Amino acid sequence: MGDWMTVTDRGLSSESKSISQYTSEIKMSPSSLYSQQVLCSSIPLSKNVHSFFSAFCTEDNIEQSVSYLDQELTTFGFPSLYEESKGKETKRELNIVAVLNCMNELLVLQRKNLLAQENVETQNLKLGSDMDHLQSCYSKLKEQLETSRREMIGLQERDRQLQCKNRNLHQLLKNEKDEVQKLQNIIASRATQYNHDMKRKEREYNKLKERLHQLVMNKKDKKIAMDILNYVGRADGKRGSWRTGKTEARNEDEMYKILLNDYEYRQKQILMENAELKKVLQQMKKEMISLLSPQKKKPRERVDDSTGTVISDVEEDAGELSRESMWDLSCETVREQLTNSIRKQWRILKSHVEKLDNQVSKVHLEGFNDEDVISRQDHEQETEKLELEIQQCKEMIKTQQQLLQQLATACDDDTTSLLRDCYLLEEKERLKEEWSLFKEQKKNFERERRSFTEAAIRLGLERKAFEEERASWLKQQFLNMTTFDHQNSENVKLFSAFSGSSDRDNLTVHSRQPQKKPHSVSNGSPVCMSKLTKSLPASPSTSDFCQTRSCISEHSSINVLNITPEEIKPNQVGGECTNQKWSVASRPGSQEGCYSGCSLTYTNSHVEKDDLP
Amino acid sequence: MNFSEVFKLSSLLCKFSPDGKYLASCVQYRLVVRDVNTLQILQLYTCLDQIQHIEWSADSLFILCAMYKRGLVQVWSLEQPEWHCKIDEGSAGLVASCWSPDGRHILNTTEFHLRITVWSLCTKSVSYIKYPKACLQGITFTRDGRYMALAERRDCKDYVSIFVCSDWQLLRHFDTDTQDLTGIEWAPNGCVLAVWDTCLEYKILLYSLDGRLLSAYSAYEWSLGIKSVAWSPSSQFLAVGSYDGKVRILNHVTWKMITEFGHPATINNPKTVVYKEAQKSPQLGLGCLSFPPPGAGAGPLPSSESKYEIASVPVSLQTLKPVTDRANPKIGIGMLAFSPDSYFLATRNDNTPNAVWVWDIQKLRLFAVLEQLSPVRTFQWDPQQPRLAICTGGSRLYLWSPAGCMSVQVPGEGDFAVLSLCWHLSGDSMALLSKDHVCLCFLETEAAVSTACRQLGGHT
Repeated sequence: MGDWMTVTDRGLSSESKSISQYTSEIKMSPSSLYSQQVLCSSIPLSKNVHSFFSAFCTEDNIEQSVSYLDQELTTFGFPSLYEESKGKETKRELNIVAVLNCMNELLVLQRKNLLAQENVETQNLKLGSDMDHLQSCYSKLKEQLETSRREMIGLQERDRQLQCKNRNLHQLLKNEKDEVQKLQNIIASRATQYNHDMKRKEREYNKLKERLHQLVMNKKDKKIAMDILNYVGRADGKRGSWRTGKTEARNEDEMYKILLNDYEYRQKQILMENAELKKVLQQMKKEMISLLSPQKKKPRERVDDSTGTVISDVEEDAGELSRESMWDLSCETVREQLTNSIRKQWRILKSHVEKLDNQVSKVHLEGFNDEDVISRQDHEQETEKLELEIQQCKEMIKTQQQLLQQLATACDDDTTSLLRDCYLLEEKERLKEEWSLFKEQKKNFERERRSFTEAAIRLGLERKAFEEERASWLKQQFLNMTTFDHQNSENVKLFSAFSGSSDRDNLTVHSRQPQKKPHSVSNGSPVCMSKLTKSLPASPSTSDFCQTRSCISEHSSINVLNITPEEIKPNQVGGECTNQKWSVASRPGSQEGCYSGCSLTYTNSHVEKDDLP
Repeated sequence: MNFSEVFKLSSLLCKFSPDGKYLASCVQYRLVVRDVNTLQILQLYTCLDQIQHIEWSADSLFILCAMYKRGLVQVWSLEQPEWHCKIDEGSAGLVASCWSPDGRHILNTTEFHLRITVWSLCTKSVSYIKYPKACLQGITFTRDGRYMALAERRDCKDYVSIFVCSDWQLLRHFDTDTQDLTGIEWAPNGCVLAVWDTCLEYKILLYSLDGRLLSAYSAYEWSLGIKSVAWSPSSQFLAVGSYDGKVRILNHVTWKMITEFGHPATINNPKTVVYKEAQKSPQLGLGCLSFPPPGAGAGPLPSSESKYEIASVPVSLQTLKPVTDRANPKIGIGMLAFSPDSYFLATRNDNTPNAVWVWDIQKLRLFAVLEQLSPVRTFQWDPQQPRLAICTGGSRLYLWSPAGCMSVQVPGEGDFAVLSLCWHLSGDSMALLSKDHVCLCFLETEAAVSTACRQLGGHT
């Protein structure tokens, strides 16, 4: 309730004060009940007010009531209802204006009061609802408090129980520990007792044993004996030796020898293991270095600490230098060096791997999607662009064709002639270019031809030599038919292998080129020709290849040697090339023809190509 | 795989000669020596009593037969059948007899381990070694036959004496830091001696030939300790099996543990191949309802077939609940054996008696597990290749190789319960021993077997 007082504003409180003032004054009046009712009554009651007032004033007591009212009003501070009397004796006249004014003022007051009342009522209602709310809140909170209190009590109870349990467990643990201690003590005491007893028993036993020994052994038991037919020789054939100090020393020596041998063996094993491990370390180091050196450079350059690489390189060199002596030395410096370098390399590798990991994770985190999308967009854009270009090109081609047709049909106009001139000029230019190109090609061809002829001459010479050698060999073989000797056969083998390879060489060199030519020609442009000419000087290398190949297959071709070259040729050539010219070219006499034929096919094919469009 | 006919045998006494030419077997008081290839009887010797122990000399020329009950040892020569030698330990009694590596001396341990008598076949000389310790493995010779290590007990302390076998001179004598020494074993290279303590304490000590303590290893305290020890043939590893069901591998450089192999009851690693022996009655076709149910017949039926199936992981193995209040409980690694090439280690955990574990020593991990239908009696590696022969006391022989494994029924009328087996030196044959009989099993050549194994492995 105190809250409410503070909440109300000043105006309201002053009004309420004035109301209380009214009520206190009104109590004196006879009709205080009514007036109070008026004050407290709500709007629906106001209609009855007239009837009540009519009862207040009757015909008889007008004067009194007026005076009463006047009195009342004056006490409330209203002007008097009577006119100002000039004389005391004269009867005061009722001033109607004043009455009306008073009435009006009263009415105004009444309205104000009603308004205030309304406000107060709404305020009251509001406050009432507020209060209800607060009360409900309060009750709720109270409930909560209650429940939490209960919970707390429960928890406390549980805590207490747990503590109790804990205490019990502690107690139990302590008991157990005590028990364990006790048992251990018992065990220990039992053990000592047992040992003691054992010792005592053993002593007794020993005594008995001693006595028994004396009894049994000293009786000179006749039975204790060995009945043997004859003594046998020792397993090692030696005679038993007397026990002397010497034998003792010898035994010691032998024992130490055995021990030493064992230790030596173990040392050897350990050394071997060490060497193996060192080898593994070295290899690891080498591999690490080889693995790191190409990758190392890039990040190093980026980070620009080139000093590190220099140092490590120096170390590597040192490692290389000392590797030879590494196996013999097992001194600490070498070991340290090796382990240090390995450690360093390992650290580098580790950091590198970590870096890579980081990069990978970064890429995974951010870059991956974006880049992918961008590239796709690029692709699309690119394709669109290209398509557009294609379209444009097509249009261009179309217009050009149309123009060409126009040119072809109508050449009478000046403009067309001018255009034609232009075109002719252009064509001229182009032809010039082509001409120069052709010239260059021709030069190349010439060069090619020269080299070819040289090669052919060389081949011819070789062939001749081979033929001679073969003849001599055949002769030799004929001679050796009767007395075959091993060394000779080996010589023959070697020789034949060589000759076979050279023979093959000739064939394959010739037969390989045509294989290339049709292929390159079929590509079909003048540019292709230049490519071909470029590829032709490379033929020695291809022949090298052929040589190696034939060397590989020489073992299998040894038996082929008995066959004459005429027999070989169809086989070899037929396998590799179907063109008849190349089989002819393989003959030593027709090297020139070979080349001319070759060039002929070039030109022919070229011409055919030109005809095509 | 071929099987010979069965021969009579008693007390599982059957041994190949070290040179691989002969096979000695005992029937009561008779010793029969056969040619390995023809199986014809070469010699037949008659002893004075039932033979309890036989041993070939290292040069395969002599064979000793011990009759512990009578305190007698009889030696026979293969070259001279008429030659005889009888050693009588008299009232001192006899509990153990063995050859020295030179094949010319016999070491007899008297009752109560009063002494060891060294009898020579070359001279009249007799040597005595006093105070031998009564333990599981108290005498061990180096592989080259040069030295003998002997566990001794004097004044309630353990000692080890190292003798030179050629003249029985004491080379080294040192006390070991053990409560109650249980076993000693030379490394195959003859330079390191492993000494382990009683099962009450996990302790293994490594001594050099000259008596220096190289290292001591203890995995834990207050619990049952070492049960079995095995050197790898390369002397690189020492496998120590203990009562906690683990094998610990020590290396020969630092003598520290490289790894430990646990033997869990369930195998989860999908890299491990688990072969499970499955039994099938031949009359039961595929998909047919088995009637009576296969579980009804107790014990393996002689007519039933058995084969290996590859079980998919996780596999839980059959385990025994050990009786803890009895001595020598059936827990821990009781058997350990390295393959001849040191690549594999076979173990048996005694509370999963049906399973043999094969470990890959190169990769230090479990390679395969074979679960049999009945407890594994013994297993032995082929001396030539990584091939393991297993017997379970049934009528079957089981073979494992890295390519796969197979089970073979031993033919013959009646049940031939294979209780023990021993490989021939060449790895081409082995002797299968039952209670009363011995049977030789000839394997195919290597190639044939490996292909067969591969096929089998493919099938299973």
